[in-house]
Amino acid sequence: MTDTSIQKERPLSPHLQVYKPQITSISSILHRMAGVFLTFGLFLVTWGMVALADGRESFECFVEFCQSALGQILLVGWSAAFYYHMSTGLRHFILDSGFLFEKKAASTSGFVVIAIAAILTALTWGYVYKDMLIGGTA
Amino acid sequence: MSSLLKWNKGGLKSPMSRANGLGSAKTGLDHWLMQRMTAVVNLVLGLWLIYSLVFNVGATYTEALAFVSEPLHAIFLILFVMASFYHSVLGVQVIVEDYVHNEGFKIFKLLGQRILFFGMAIACIFSILQVAL
Repeated sequence: MTDTSIQKERPLSPHLQVYKPQITSISSILHRMAGVFLTFGLFLVTWGMVALADGRESFECFVEFCQSALGQILLVGWSAAFYYHMSTGLRHFILDSGFLFEKKAASTSGFVVIAIAAILTALTWGYVYKDMLIGGTA
Repeated sequence: MSSLLKWNKGGLKSPMSRANGLGSAKTGLDHWLMQRMTAVVNLVLGLWLIYSLVFNVGATYTEALAFVSEPLHAIFLILFVMASFYHSVLGVQVIVEDYVHNEGFKIFKLLGQRILFFGMAIACIFSILQVAL
């Protein structure tokens, strides 16, 4: 009954499903997801630059998309992803230098990073929509 | 499924004995270093790009042309394009190598993204130069 074959299916790393979610692992996986999302943002970057070079009509089509509801939702998402990926990236630089490895520091810095990303996103879009928020004619 | 995994091919040798003595793949440090160098460029120029966009909301086509025509802005934009596309290719490569275990699809995905992103980056840089020059 013993199966000694090395062909046997074995679980492959990373075994995400056996770990209890913790802030350290969640912030790490979110960092990757934000990175993948930002990769798709490069399509918008390319569209914008090519449209500007192509002429007025193309550029206005691009601007129209950015101003649409879908465009605004995507832009909020991309700015949030950028700030988050940036903050966790900086945290990784600190970890690379050998700091923040204590249990408490690793967890706290995970939450701090999320807070920084949220504040920066709020500031950015608060500024964009400042007229509407303060009550002027947007 | 299991036959598609490269570490399951190789007859009687155990995975460890196949890996032993081969040394590193030699390019790991360059990957690591470039990922961090481009990260720093993206940090600075990404913030600059968001700042520029947020403070120029509602700019007309002519104003956008004038912005990109500034030599410093054009240089920043080209640097941002190079660093962000490079960083993205490196990052996605790590994720694909971690989670995609089908060799054929993995190579298709990695080569495909490189070719596509190389083309897109060239399109961006060409457009910026066309506007700026």
